[in-house]
Amino acid sequence: MKISMFHLMPHRELPPDFEKRYDSVWVTPPWHELADAKRVGQYYNWTLDELLYAARAGFDGVCTNEHHQNAYGFMPSPNIMGAVMAKATNGSNVAIVQMGATLPTSNPPIRVAEEYAMLDCISGGRLVAGLPLGSPMDVNFAYGITPMEHRERYREAFALTLKAWQSRELFAWNGRYYQLANVNLWPRPIQQPHPPVWVPGSGSISTFDFAVDNEVCYCFLSYSGAKAAKSMMDGYWKVVADKGREPNPYRAGFLQLVAVAETDSQAEEKYARHVEYFYHKCLHWPIQLGSPPGNQDYRSMVATLSNPVRRAEDAKKLRYRDFVEKGYVIAGSPATVRDRLKEEVVKGLHVGNLMVLLQIGSMPHELTLENIDLFARKVLPELRGEWNDEGWVNHWWPEQLRGAVAKPATAGVGA
Amino acid sequence: MTREQTITVWQGKVRMRVLSEGAGPALVFFHGPWGLTWDPFLSELARAFTVYAPEHPGTTPGAPDDIYHLDGLWDLVLCYDELLTALKLDEAVLVGHSFGGMVACEVAAAAPRRARRLALIDPIGFWRDSERVVNWMALNPAELPAYIFRDPSGEAARHLFGPAEPPEAVAAARVRLMWAMGATGKFIWPIPDKGLKKRIHRVSAPTLLVWGKEDRLVPPVYADEFSRRIPSARVQTVDGAGHAPHLEQPERVARMIHEFAG
Repeated sequence: MKISMFHLMPHRELPPDFEKRYDSVWVTPPWHELADAKRVGQYYNWTLDELLYAARAGFDGVCTNEHHQNAYGFMPSPNIMGAVMAKATNGSNVAIVQMGATLPTSNPPIRVAEEYAMLDCISGGRLVAGLPLGSPMDVNFAYGITPMEHRERYREAFALTLKAWQSRELFAWNGRYYQLANVNLWPRPIQQPHPPVWVPGSGSISTFDFAVDNEVCYCFLSYSGAKAAKSMMDGYWKVVADKGREPNPYRAGFLQLVAVAETDSQAEEKYARHVEYFYHKCLHWPIQLGSPPGNQDYRSMVATLSNPVRRAEDAKKLRYRDFVEKGYVIAGSPATVRDRLKEEVVKGLHVGNLMVLLQIGSMPHELTLENIDLFARKVLPELRGEWNDEGWVNHWWPEQLRGAVAKPATAGVGA
Repeated sequence: MTREQTITVWQGKVRMRVLSEGAGPALVFFHGPWGLTWDPFLSELARAFTVYAPEHPGTTPGAPDDIYHLDGLWDLVLCYDELLTALKLDEAVLVGHSFGGMVACEVAAAAPRRARRLALIDPIGFWRDSERVVNWMALNPAELPAYIFRDPSGEAARHLFGPAEPPEAVAAARVRLMWAMGATGKFIWPIPDKGLKKRIHRVSAPTLLVWGKEDRLVPPVYADEFSRRIPSARVQTVDGAGHAPHLEQPERVARMIHEFAG
């Protein structure tokens, strides 16, 4: 299987009473009260160093994503981070997994197609092209896109992106939301017919159909762990089967929070407060920001509102041991982490493309490196062979990197 | 006795149910962002007018996706023009609440002869940085009654938000409310200033502005934005009411409209 390190680039030093003093970590947190540009520059550099460290430690890929106006994860342009990673990992077998640039907030959206083509060229064909819908906080509240148009814009932009990468001829796009009379991308990606496409989702049923119909890898970016995701991912695999596709585990990606230490109790000692910081502060936003009226289509909204059982529990009431027990975070010794990942995530959800979040909330730089190091040395080698015996092809990974042997990034420069 | 008919406009793609009652001069009521229910205010008006109350596209039961056939305010205004033609109403008293007030004003600006009289109840359509219109779509639905009504536990609030049980009825009411906000919000996101200021000068009908004194969503100062652009407009405020004075003080607001347009 393929295992990538995911990074959110959070604010690591929010005040202890943040969630009491402020309404939301997203859209409205006041920058001048909460952040300092020089210090934030340090966060960005730590983030790049941590991802690069993972690339050198043997991970298959490094992931960044896009969010706006928040302290939870603020890489408004993931492609700036991706460009650094692409250059610094040249000569290696590490994929640049952009999870990614958000189509509806890019205008015109071929900007994403262009930048991804640049990343594919710079990296020598190592790009995984994540094409997310974007969260309502980012797209509707920060970037002003009408909730009811959000998914329609996304679907049109998605089709435009795929065509822009592949068309041999200049073409005109006379769309509902986008009109471009001369689409003729420079550059084009190295990977043909286009880089592998991943579509992150958060469990919306309409996205399952979209993912399968478009032959992309569906990635569930969950903060509630595999146990909570089980029935949802079963639903995805049912759609895969209903549409007559093979149950290739590489059709699915999953994000899991992971914290490794020498022993289970050391893990609690080292990571408890950072995990609690993440769930209590980084995920602190009013629930209605996540679903403004019209953002969900009618069918999905009816499903959500008539089935309140699926409502997430209040994470603010939970502590480290709850998060671990419920599987929100898989934490402990290398053996504990390995076994739980294998059983709950890899086998439990039938996942071939695993992403692990190893910098969690306030976790400082040195501890993050320690987490990455332990995972890479003691967990990753034990998981890498999963699925090999079944002979599936990972069509959703850069073709030249599909071979099992890792060739980590080395010095960090050169092509 | 309320009559009900569904009229199809926009090349057969948009179905709009119209509730009507009463006899007398025609009056068209454009509902606000929370959908249409036949309420005491409309019953009161129906004593003096033939009231037609159409449902905003997408909010008619069984036709939620019709809203996707409209891309912007121009499409919406033309839909209403087609609807009025289908109802054989060359002219009518146009009354609108909140979002519906903006739509009524847009219709009166686009087709001035359609409006015999124009009455706007706490309408939106303008923006002041110093007194921002509250985005009700960003509020927790549980907080909405306190923003809309002076008395969030009163009969008017219960009427708009539906029953507190059983769970199926609560879920159905929530679906209806959310979809109505989404289908109307499509035309005003993220700031409800969509160019009325460029068009409002075309309004030629005598105009009445009714404002709830304790409107927490669209402060009464917004009446100035309308009255300075329609100099002949009369402004009346309503005590004991928030953003929906016609629901909290139905008899008084109906009387104002009757005296103005009857």
